[in-house]
Amino acid sequence: MKKNLNGKIAAIVAVLVICIYGIFGLPSGVTGSALLDAMSKRIHLGLDLKGGVHLILQVEVQEAVSAETDNTVGRIQQDLKAASLSYSQVYKPDPAQPQIIRVEGVAAGKTSDVRSLLESKYANVYDVTGGGAESSFTVTMKPTAMTTLQDKTVQQAIESIRDRVDTLGVSEPKIEAYGLGKYQILVELPGVDDLDRVKSIIQSTARLEIHAVIGGPFKDDQEALASVNGALPPDEMIAHGSGEVAANSDSESVWLLHRVSVVAGQDFRSADPSTDQNTGQREVSFTLTNEAGDKFHDYTSANVGQRMAVVMGGRVKEVATIQSAIRDSGRITGSFSPDEVTILSKMLKSGALPASLRYLEDRTIGASLGADSIKEGVRAAIAGVLVVMVFMLVYYRGSGINADLALILNLVILLGVMGFGGFALTLPGIAGVILTIGMGVDSNVLIFERIREEVRAGKAPSAAVDQGFAHAWVTIVDTHVTTIVSALILMIVGSGPVRGFAITLIIGLAANLFTAVFVSRVIFDAHLNKLKPGELVSI
Amino acid sequence: MELFRGVNVDWLRLKWYFLGFSLIFSVAGVISMSMHWAQIGSPVPLGVDFKGGTQVQLQFQQTPDAGQIRNATSAAGIKDAEVVRYGDQASNEMLISLPEQQNEASLDAGEKQIVDALHAHYSNSFTVRNVSVVGPTVGKQLRTKAIEATLFSMLGMLVYLWFRFQLIYGVAAVVACFHDTLITVGAFALLDKEISLTVIAAILTLVGYSMNDTIVVFDRIRENLRLSRRESLPDVVNRSINQTLSRTVLTSGLTFLTVLSLYIFGGQVLRGFSFALVVGILIGTYSSIAVAAPMLVAWQEWRARSGSAVVLPAAKRAKI
Repeated sequence: MKKNLNGKIAAIVAVLVICIYGIFGLPSGVTGSALLDAMSKRIHLGLDLKGGVHLILQVEVQEAVSAETDNTVGRIQQDLKAASLSYSQVYKPDPAQPQIIRVEGVAAGKTSDVRSLLESKYANVYDVTGGGAESSFTVTMKPTAMTTLQDKTVQQAIESIRDRVDTLGVSEPKIEAYGLGKYQILVELPGVDDLDRVKSIIQSTARLEIHAVIGGPFKDDQEALASVNGALPPDEMIAHGSGEVAANSDSESVWLLHRVSVVAGQDFRSADPSTDQNTGQREVSFTLTNEAGDKFHDYTSANVGQRMAVVMGGRVKEVATIQSAIRDSGRITGSFSPDEVTILSKMLKSGALPASLRYLEDRTIGASLGADSIKEGVRAAIAGVLVVMVFMLVYYRGSGINADLALILNLVILLGVMGFGGFALTLPGIAGVILTIGMGVDSNVLIFERIREEVRAGKAPSAAVDQGFAHAWVTIVDTHVTTIVSALILMIVGSGPVRGFAITLIIGLAANLFTAVFVSRVIFDAHLNKLKPGELVSI
Repeated sequence: MELFRGVNVDWLRLKWYFLGFSLIFSVAGVISMSMHWAQIGSPVPLGVDFKGGTQVQLQFQQTPDAGQIRNATSAAGIKDAEVVRYGDQASNEMLISLPEQQNEASLDAGEKQIVDALHAHYSNSFTVRNVSVVGPTVGKQLRTKAIEATLFSMLGMLVYLWFRFQLIYGVAAVVACFHDTLITVGAFALLDKEISLTVIAAILTLVGYSMNDTIVVFDRIRENLRLSRRESLPDVVNRSINQTLSRTVLTSGLTFLTVLSLYIFGGQVLRGFSFALVVGILIGTYSSIAVAAPMLVAWQEWRARSGSAVVLPAAKRAKI
């Protein structure tokens, strides 16, 4: 018995030590500030306590579907041409349903040939209907393929946003699919309060293109259009941006560019930020892939003296005159912002966002507000716990110490597990802690009241403690399991804040089963061992 | 020290008073909720989390004047801005809200307008403490999800109690929880307080708390039924409530103190949250004695009257 008790005490001390490590890690010192510092590294605070930016974004997945079917339209046209099968048009009839492609005007005798061509090449992803007596086919993306593509798009968007946000240097950003709605992304950036910068970084396009310049700079669109007699040729485009800013004007200049780029996107192997040694201006040095380098060399050697424009995310960044043939590397000295340069160098490989994003919700919690919430929440929690502890001491005397120890250990375990598990403490989480304290005290009260009843019934101290624990245990298990069951459901069904509540509650209740039942029992047993015959338990 | 020793109250005799008390509060809550429904299309005033819209919380260096802020915002062409003081007078904080924006594209236009308008008027003598811009989609999703989560968690508890006790115990406990939730939400409607996400966390806490309280009483009923089979159910229920009364009052009292300290010291952010808990703990304690336990007796009496075999609702042995 005695030896067994020592083993139990050793187990409790071990749990205590492990959990204290969970809270503080290895602090640099034992002064108050060193401990607080160590603790803040282990126990993460939620956005509502720390301050930061919270965004919910809707990924326009239909755009990805549309891009995919656009691509397919082109491939079908090529395939039909290559097989010498005539058609009047291949197009997408309904912009609201980008998954549907129509192939119309197929020659009467050739419908079965067209059908077998479409089926042999596209049946994996598309359903083909029509043909036979009709001269047209409907090619529809399969629902499963659409779902896969949409999910992939959200995943890509998450990856892409994560890469972008990394350039902000935020510690512990949270970027994940948002469970509440379809194709939504949750972005939480603790400690950031510049929402505009976050938004511009998330949405900036890292697609770099180099286009041949046809004309410019113009003052505005009208002037640009006038230079081509009012009608924009199909192979030309208008782009806005900097470049040679028109003299004495702070308005941006307008350029007329060749629509098809010389090199773009995937043609770049790398783009790194650097600084011009003479002027100190920000630059981007890029290298091209081998094939693109050959292409670029051919183009630049044939167009020496001509101008070309560097376009990023649809905006002209720099216009330069080709001095000599360039093969696979160069420098761009454009009007880049520091964020743009970093994003460009990091994002070139992962590329542009797969679909555009829409903001559904944005919140900025000021750090000062979070700090106030912590200060007030902690002050209230400490006041509450102190009242409870003093009352237990007064009401249960010696056994009150037992209950107070159990309560403290409970909180230590709760914080320790949160430290190990990397769970963030949020405001609703504090609610979970309060319910934990309530139920922790309740367990002790249940046990103590039961022991008192047994003592009143005339039982000896050790028998009274035994019976008290045995009876209260049933109740404690029922109350705890019921609450844990509901907390588990909240964790599965619920969203962010509700989940934060559920997680602290589950940890707290599990810890409570250990402290209120096991630890309290060991303390009682240790106490009983020291009692002289005939002496009563202090309860 | 010891309170409530050897209490012997016939709780079941009070059942009509209990019923009356519960009915008054539930009905008052329901009436107030339906009045809100007629006015604003939701049973309680909803916070920006659920309703959608824009909310900017500002802290000024000097005591701000709501009228001046209203003038400044409407001069900048912002319509329907609601300006209220937030928290204590001394904190110099104001809350400026704009109604829900149907168009999600212009979601954050409102916030910028407000801040710009105030910068023009007050230069830099204020800091932005909190900005929430919630589009209609998210608010609605959150609303459904919160209700769903609460209902599912109640269902989970019902199933567990069914398995551990009997179905009627589960039903009685869940009805008591529902009663508590209804009265607490009703109190928000009556006092015209907004329900936000943190209030939902408080309601979940009170559901857990009320359930805990009810199970303690039920456990004792089950145990007593096993020990003395000849005693009538009303006597067993009364005795069980009396035996656990000391514990009930202690635990509730202590938890109430914790929550009260949260209400007093917890600051404005936690005000709605701790209010829900203050109300919820009182009601939750009351309901385990006054709603859940009498329901067991009522159920048994109904079974007896309708001629079915009388089954004491705890034939199962309590075993772990």
